[in-house]
Amino acid sequence: MNKAPFETLVTEHGAVVLRVCRAVVGPDDAQDAWSETFLAALRAYPELEPGSNVQAWLVTIAHRKAIDITRARARAPIPVDGPPERSSSVGLPEQGDHDLWADVAALPDRQRQAVAYHYLAGLPHQDVAEIIGGTTEAVRRSAADGVRALRRNYIGNIDQKGTR
Amino acid sequence: MITSETAVGELPAALYDTDPNALSRLREDLIGSAAQAGILDVAYRTLDSPVGTLLLATTEQGLVRVAFDCQNHDLVLVALAEQVSPRILLAPGRLDTAARQLSEYFAGARTVFDLPLDVRRSTGFRRSVLTHLPQIGYGHTESYTQVAAAAGNPRAVRAVGTACATNPLPIVVPCHRVVRSDGSAGGYAGGPAAKQTLLALERSA
Repeated sequence: MNKAPFETLVTEHGAVVLRVCRAVVGPDDAQDAWSETFLAALRAYPELEPGSNVQAWLVTIAHRKAIDITRARARAPIPVDGPPERSSSVGLPEQGDHDLWADVAALPDRQRQAVAYHYLAGLPHQDVAEIIGGTTEAVRRSAADGVRALRRNYIGNIDQKGTR
Repeated sequence: MITSETAVGELPAALYDTDPNALSRLREDLIGSAAQAGILDVAYRTLDSPVGTLLLATTEQGLVRVAFDCQNHDLVLVALAEQVSPRILLAPGRLDTAARQLSEYFAGARTVFDLPLDVRRSTGFRRSVLTHLPQIGYGHTESYTQVAAAAGNPRAVRAVGTACATNPLPIVVPCHRVVRSDGSAGGYAGGPAAKQTLLALERSA
């Protein structure tokens, strides 16, 4: 089986990987995570077994880069010259001032990862379990718990807005 | 609108939305950092021309492929992935010079290409043929027999045909200037009409 030119991977999976990065590391670091993921993937691509599941491979790399970024951020001193510029993708107008990304960030790590890799990237729970560890069943529960928590806040917010 | 009765899999739409502008900026940055890291092995772009849309591809060493529409650009890229490297990105900026020189050629304003070429994958007699072709001047032609002699093997007329048909750099390495001894144009990777167009262009300029 022939290996596709790397450009095909960027075209087919670029948006999904950006979504996944944004959910896992948050909007501020998502673009860095995307860049590091695709640069690392490009470097390693010649060694990827032909016929591999490319999307699962990219999400695995994104998962590792996200961990690196989160650790680096935890070590880094708090910036003194004001908060970082917010990405334009934060909050669509119809969401009012409800900060979806704060809800996502508030999820336990495994729930956030399970939601991102299963619901946003579309990987089966089994693949997600291989990436984040644990059993398929545990990952299924984490994903379901994460989605329930997000939906509870989100719908609560919509209802609130509706009664204003 | 999401209601409280939607399936558990339905998430706020904002989680799925991505900004296309952000994505194109990221892709642009990826080209830069890949080149800087020395892992942009093949860059490509397309170019509209009088002989159809051309695919241009370059390695760090130089232009490695020019392909006609009828050769199926997707297949050509897959072949490059196999033969050169799968680290291939659409990176038009890396081919500015080649595209400009080709446009000048099609406008009748350029008779010689001055581009670094990567012909490492052409070897033996084919390499000898490709090395000889640029010596056929703009607006001139040679027969397959003449090229065979010039490339060092007067009896290898058919092999000259094969070398021209598999020329990885048509137009730039002018295999269209090789014609039959009876004066007819002969075959061409870009189709006979493309060959006629190029020969006519060079006659009229």
